[in-house]
Amino acid sequence: MRGLEHRGLERAEGPIIIARRRETAGYGELVAVYGRDGARRMGKVVDSSDSAIAVQLFTTNTGLSLDETRIELLGGPLELRVGPDLLGRVFDGLGRPSDGYPEILSSDKRDVNGSPINPSARVYPRDFIQTGVSAIDGMNTLIRGQKLPIFSGNGLPHNRLAAQIVRQAKILSSGAREGADESFAIVFAGMGIKYDVARFFVDSFERSGVLSRVVMFQSLADSPTIERLVTPRCALTAAEYLAYDMGMHVLVVLTDMTNYCEALREVSASRGEVPSRKGYPGYLYSDLASLYERAGRIEGSAGSITQIPILSMPNDDISNPIPDLTGYITEGQIVLDRELFQRGAYPSIAVLPSLSRLMKDGIGEGMTRDDHKEVSSQLFAAYARTKSVRNLAAIIGEEELAPLDKKYLRFGERFESEFVSQGEDDDRSIGRTLDLGWRLLAVLPTEELVRASRAMIEKYLPKEDGDAGAERRPD
Amino acid sequence: MSARPSPPEVIRGRITRVSGPVVLAEGLGGAGLFDVAEVGEARLAGEIIRVDGGGATIQVYEENTGMRPGESVLSLGKPLSLSLGPGLIGTIYDGIQRPLERLKESSGSFIRAGVRGERLPLDRMWAFAPALGPGDEIGPGTLVGRVRETELVEHRVIAPPGTVPCKVSRSVPAGEYTLRDTVLETEAGESLTLAQEWPARRARPSRKRLPPNEPLMTGLRVIDLLFPLSKGGCAAIPGGFGTGKTMAQHAIAKFCDADIIVYVGCGERGNEMTDVLTEFPKLVDPRTGRSIMERTILIANTSNMPVAAREVSIYTGITLAEYYRDMGYDVAVMADSTSRWAEALRELSGRLEEMPAEEGFPAYLPTRLAEFYERGGRVETLGGRSGSISIIGAVSPPGGDFSEPVTQHTKRFIRCFWALDRDLANARHYPAISWIDSYSEYAEELREWWDRKDPAWKDLRAQALDLMKREQRLEQIVRLIGPDALPDEQRLILVTAEMVKNGFLQQSSFDDVDKYCVPEKQILILHTIMEFHRRAEEAIKAGVPLTEIVAMPARERLSRLKSEVANDRIEEIRAAEREMAAAFDGLARVYSREEAT
Repeated sequence: MRGLEHRGLERAEGPIIIARRRETAGYGELVAVYGRDGARRMGKVVDSSDSAIAVQLFTTNTGLSLDETRIELLGGPLELRVGPDLLGRVFDGLGRPSDGYPEILSSDKRDVNGSPINPSARVYPRDFIQTGVSAIDGMNTLIRGQKLPIFSGNGLPHNRLAAQIVRQAKILSSGAREGADESFAIVFAGMGIKYDVARFFVDSFERSGVLSRVVMFQSLADSPTIERLVTPRCALTAAEYLAYDMGMHVLVVLTDMTNYCEALREVSASRGEVPSRKGYPGYLYSDLASLYERAGRIEGSAGSITQIPILSMPNDDISNPIPDLTGYITEGQIVLDRELFQRGAYPSIAVLPSLSRLMKDGIGEGMTRDDHKEVSSQLFAAYARTKSVRNLAAIIGEEELAPLDKKYLRFGERFESEFVSQGEDDDRSIGRTLDLGWRLLAVLPTEELVRASRAMIEKYLPKEDGDAGAERRPD
Repeated sequence: MSARPSPPEVIRGRITRVSGPVVLAEGLGGAGLFDVAEVGEARLAGEIIRVDGGGATIQVYEENTGMRPGESVLSLGKPLSLSLGPGLIGTIYDGIQRPLERLKESSGSFIRAGVRGERLPLDRMWAFAPALGPGDEIGPGTLVGRVRETELVEHRVIAPPGTVPCKVSRSVPAGEYTLRDTVLETEAGESLTLAQEWPARRARPSRKRLPPNEPLMTGLRVIDLLFPLSKGGCAAIPGGFGTGKTMAQHAIAKFCDADIIVYVGCGERGNEMTDVLTEFPKLVDPRTGRSIMERTILIANTSNMPVAAREVSIYTGITLAEYYRDMGYDVAVMADSTSRWAEALRELSGRLEEMPAEEGFPAYLPTRLAEFYERGGRVETLGGRSGSISIIGAVSPPGGDFSEPVTQHTKRFIRCFWALDRDLANARHYPAISWIDSYSEYAEELREWWDRKDPAWKDLRAQALDLMKREQRLEQIVRLIGPDALPDEQRLILVTAEMVKNGFLQQSSFDDVDKYCVPEKQILILHTIMEFHRRAEEAIKAGVPLTEIVAMPARERLSRLKSEVANDRIEEIRAAEREMAAAFDGLARVYSREEAT
């Protein structure tokens, strides 16, 4: 019931406060909590019964006392005001303007929790996005409407890679090329990230001249932890508006999902819930899905939402619940590799554990090139073989290897230094990426290339030995 | 269903507490366990899962944000039931059988709580051909008549399991009828329409179980020849993320020789269901030449849809499967993924504050898994037909670790285990079914069938499995000393194993020729590779160096047979075999001459 106030608390413990009920509160209803300092804190009802309500605060609980705290029921769920004016604005983690300008002019307010997309209303994503990064375009293609996270670790160049993707992403499919002025937008949600990281993204957007098309939601590291649970929901609500109401192609960068999950664990622990793995709540999967599934395309709308969530794997462990459950929901993953990075390689993408599930339908003739499937499959097979040859070489020494295995070693080295590695401003076309792949495969004897058909080998494999060929060919 | 149950008693209660999808209510003391409830002012679907002293605990199947204490609850006095009848095939439902296509028409691209749609098209006219006339005997499972549901599926209208055995008093002539029309009346006073209802959580009865001794042909070589599944068998596909569970399920759903496919997307991605919806109608069944969507029912409860409905979606899927089994069909159920279902159980159990067993899962997890898998099987139906349900359950173990509770408990109730391997998936070797960790207990039961079809099967299978086991042992040595230190006979094993992997086990679902492989071609390819092995062993004994054998152009050809020889031109494989034999003969001549000189 809007506007009604309760005074007094039963208990305050971490982000959860319990109040005796006087009026009924709806489950999930937004509340404002005032302490003796008079400051307004936002929260939502997480349990409502005849006798009491439990409220989860989005902000700090410091200064709340049992007697003097007032709770005001706001009558509905947390909403975000949406409109075309969102573009170019900066908001805090709860969706309030933080750039010094007033609220946007719009009466259109949306529930930040969203609603699930009806699977029969989805349009299957199949437009290839050229990111200009060979390890992604060639091997783990990004598709418009996909959710493709970057699994990284502390200190790895995930932010630089994400910024490069945002800078270089473009659509090649024939239909889109005609209407080159398709409108796009970037929604950025920073959860618990440091100020410098937020600054880095702003600078990068500014440098590529897209800042006026960016909507930022920032809950920085010094903001209350719990606020992070709301930040991505605000960002995705803005993205849904831009994509499905305005028909824009929206790229959403969510960073860092690990901070989000930790906030979720904190709330769950303070509610005394039974934990599952590593203390995370049993509903972590469903909760993450409620974010990641808000990507895609729907019938009757020209727009799309492509998500690039970034998460840092605690201790580089991919079996940690956060990357593990994320990988089960998202349509693939780009994994960064510390060993490659330490050897000075950028973007240090570990090609083998990376995956794009939507790649199969977005590549090939008419979309990228007719040889794409085969050359990528062959590169995967050859590079996997390289890895096992390396293990062998570590034991018996390179000198003892059979001639074929030595060729695999050579292939692997060149694959990592020429194909996987590239400059931060190196924007490679898909044709260049695939040609490069063939040139590297030429290092191996042709009879090893069983994943590629004879026709494609005939058409694309350079005749001269790959090592003898020119290192770089202009496009 | 059963003989005219008294009309269900509706009880009204009042919500006292809302905690996510779990709602407490008072005044429902008379309600039964698992009765359906309409919860709150929005009348959301729910189910009573606990009753005590006038109070009841209800799980709500729809998003219930905004629900408050004091709102009313209606217990409808009957369990959650599904509508069964013509019109199911080709439809996509959510976990509680809401038709998603019709919801889209009425409420747009997003699913809102409280919206409803007709589960079956009530006004559509179906051409019905009766099988019974007045005076004929009728009882549970008796064939009442036929409706052509799709080009592929003849819908056999059968008397529901609860029908009282007696005689038909009135029946309609052949013609067009809707689901509302009575098509038959019995002397016991029952009237039947083309549709019926059945509670989702209760297994439909059958007369007796039959042995699962006929294979479910999937067109996937690694499954059909090495780890076969029976019609009526239960298989699990466990694998970490990205190892190809869904791809394998899709491949089986597309090309297996079941009559009906029920695909349950349980807590998985929305786009995967869209993929099925867009791809299946375009794909043609290799046996009938019709679109495979004409035999498929989809249940989609994606990961972002309410968790309680995810828990029911599995039962919804299997009940629909049983309905078609009772018509005498072979049905295959894909459950992707059973881990998400188990997690839904865990989440609800947590909200009920039950004492957890392993990893937070409730203690009744194995019981529920057993109940589910036991609904699979080949049976003689109440009407005396033979039908089967094969269940293929995907399992998503956290971190890809098979020692977790869902995988371990599932293994107790299935007899076919297709373990997906991370290293194979990383090398894009699909299907990434490990030939070391997988097993199929059905191979024994299927031997007789194969003896009639092709007696070579059991020997080939044994030889191939043995070869791959030997290769695995050798690999451990190779990892220490390198392959060059091995004698030629042992290196040959590595060479042949590589050919089995590339030329037989690996199969591309995107290659038009390779995506579906008929049994005859499967047998011939494997036979040719094993024949290569036999001839090469002989040649090595005769002094031919392995390098010469490996360099034979006829050998390279063998790894490409799978994608170069179409299903209807398999005599080319025999030609390739003859070519290979000639090459070996040539080598043998050269080396016997050298020995002589």
